[in-house]
Amino acid sequence: MAKRGDVVIDIEKCKGCEVCISACPQEVLALAPQVNNKGYHYAIKVNSDCTGCANCAIVCPDAVITVYREK
Amino acid sequence: MKELRLMKGNEALAEAAIRVGADAYFGYPITPQSEVIEYLMANRPEDRTGMVVLQAESEIAAINMVYGAAGCGKKAITTSSSPGISLKQEGLSYIAGAELPCVVANVVRGGPGLGTIQPSQSDYFQSVKGGGHGDYKLIVLAPNSVQEIVDYTKLAFELAFKYRNPVMIQSDGIIGQMMEKVELFEQMPRVEPDYEWATIGRKEGKPATFVTSLQLKAEEQEKVNLRLQAKYREIEKNEVLYEEYDCKDAEYLLAAFGSCARITRKAMELARKKGYKVGLLRPQTLYPFPVDAFNKIAYQVKGILTVEMNAGQMVEDVRLAVNGKTKVEHFGRFGGMIPNPDEILNALEQKIIGG
Amino acid sequence: MAENLINPENLVYKKTDVLTDRIMHYCPGCGHGTAHRILAEVIDEMGIQNETIGVAPVGCSVLAYYYFNVDMQEAAHGRAPAVATGIKRVFPEKFVFTYQGDGDLAAIGTAETIHACNRGENILVVFVNNGIYGMTGGQMAPTTLVGMKSSTSPFGRDTKTMGAPLKITELIAQLPGTYFVTRQSVHKPGNVRKAKKAIRKAMEYQKLNKGTCFVEIVANCPSNWKMTPVQSNKWMEENMFPFYPLGDIKVPEEK
Repeated sequence: MAKRGDVVIDIEKCKGCEVCISACPQEVLALAPQVNNKGYHYAIKVNSDCTGCANCAIVCPDAVITVYREK
Repeated sequence: MKELRLMKGNEALAEAAIRVGADAYFGYPITPQSEVIEYLMANRPEDRTGMVVLQAESEIAAINMVYGAAGCGKKAITTSSSPGISLKQEGLSYIAGAELPCVVANVVRGGPGLGTIQPSQSDYFQSVKGGGHGDYKLIVLAPNSVQEIVDYTKLAFELAFKYRNPVMIQSDGIIGQMMEKVELFEQMPRVEPDYEWATIGRKEGKPATFVTSLQLKAEEQEKVNLRLQAKYREIEKNEVLYEEYDCKDAEYLLAAFGSCARITRKAMELARKKGYKVGLLRPQTLYPFPVDAFNKIAYQVKGILTVEMNAGQMVEDVRLAVNGKTKVEHFGRFGGMIPNPDEILNALEQKIIGG
Repeated sequence: MAENLINPENLVYKKTDVLTDRIMHYCPGCGHGTAHRILAEVIDEMGIQNETIGVAPVGCSVLAYYYFNVDMQEAAHGRAPAVATGIKRVFPEKFVFTYQGDGDLAAIGTAETIHACNRGENILVVFVNNGIYGMTGGQMAPTTLVGMKSSTSPFGRDTKTMGAPLKITELIAQLPGTYFVTRQSVHKPGNVRKAKKAIRKAMEYQKLNKGTCFVEIVANCPSNWKMTPVQSNKWMEENMFPFYPLGDIKVPEEK
């Protein structure tokens, strides 16, 4: 079984570009139906399959994702 | 002991730049100022003081190299002649906008366009009215001898750093090419910059420094402009330089700057010999302009003749200064032609004394 | 989830402090943000934050100095390599980079770019090529592809009247002053990692005074290409990469 991971998304800085969504191999991320104060739908976790690979954070143009992985 | 040398104006400027402790010279060849960079390259200031000398690919590149070095708080200088100075206007506007210190010398030649390589003063407007886009001023020094080239190079750096503003030394083909006896000042040390405004590498625990002339909000840009204007008023209050010759009893006044003032002084002497009470006022700073000096003497004289190697540029500032109190006329030769004292005297008689 | 993983010992990735906390003004999905981040990460990892001086261009990244927590200067349009030359010549021990777009670097600043590279200035040039003028609203750039529509080539770039797109990076690689010239992208995790490695290499070479290092990043411009970010990345792969192939163009000879 893959290591477990988790992400924290700074939703106020997220611009909803979805680049992280297509980069996630586990399909953990999706856009929220809600919007942030700037009016963007922001990325959220929709399941707990995150492995902490950090692909989402690596492609995020706005550096809004912090990644944790079980050590 | 005094260090006296016989030097060309352009070479003296180069030597003065080394001695003032300049950190960098960036230039591009153009007649009649190429001796500046030639002298610097031949004298290896990198060995003498560690000063950098670089021949850039264009005047545009050279002034932007100056911007980079000046943004680091270093003493940077570039020189050129009229067409090259036109190319530097973009950079000068940015330097003025970012409030960086630097020195630029213009060894003026006749224009417009490619013009001629002979001496001229036709870049007066360009120098004193800003030159590039936006509301800004350069401090403009107008030497009339090789000695003043040396002295003003030192003064220019002092003023540039005092006000964080570009300073223009407006020389011309006469002063640049002429050889004269000159007393050189002693070598000054180069200084390691430690200015808050300079990009010298972020200091730990402090926010980074940036140099910019950009403001996205009009309110902020107006504040920048107001700050600049306040600075220019300070400069106008503190830094005016001029010389008066035989003005005490003068009934007529000649006004001239730079090399042309030397010829005009001869014309003044010829006029005195003919019995006319003529004085000469020579602005040494073209900006700030000696407004008060002209304003004061306007009450005393019957008329003022400006003598310029251009089609009439400083004459406008003299008229503004005297504000209608006395008659102000212009006599000029231009396109590289130099007036002789006789024709100046003739113009004085026709336009002012007899007019 | 059985236990909370979110604690410092499990941290694997967070924003570098060499980027400020300011929200970047770039459009959603724009490659500039990622390009900024990896450059900042390299500066962070090399521990050279206080020895680095950057030069911002005119273009979308004109405000780069708001985002990099390093000393920076904002240059006139196209003049960044000249400004960087001025900085590097008076501070040869500092790390100096320019960050420029295609209009800035390959049109108005062509002379400054080529001559700084030809002199082998010990600087890093980061060249973000998205084939369009972004800041002014989508006009044709020197790197706009043949047939590509922009607001000043509304019927597509026609080489007969508009010239062909300029492969400036290949041109730069011909110059003896350049030491390492490469073309990368930052649209997928693998590409971001490679691009970051290239920037790291370039900065290491700068430390050794090897000459100019030039890293092109082919990037998207979703707003002016009029696509979603994800579509624009796909379009970039299909259209930009065949003309601007990724990979090293000039690599140092191994001894």
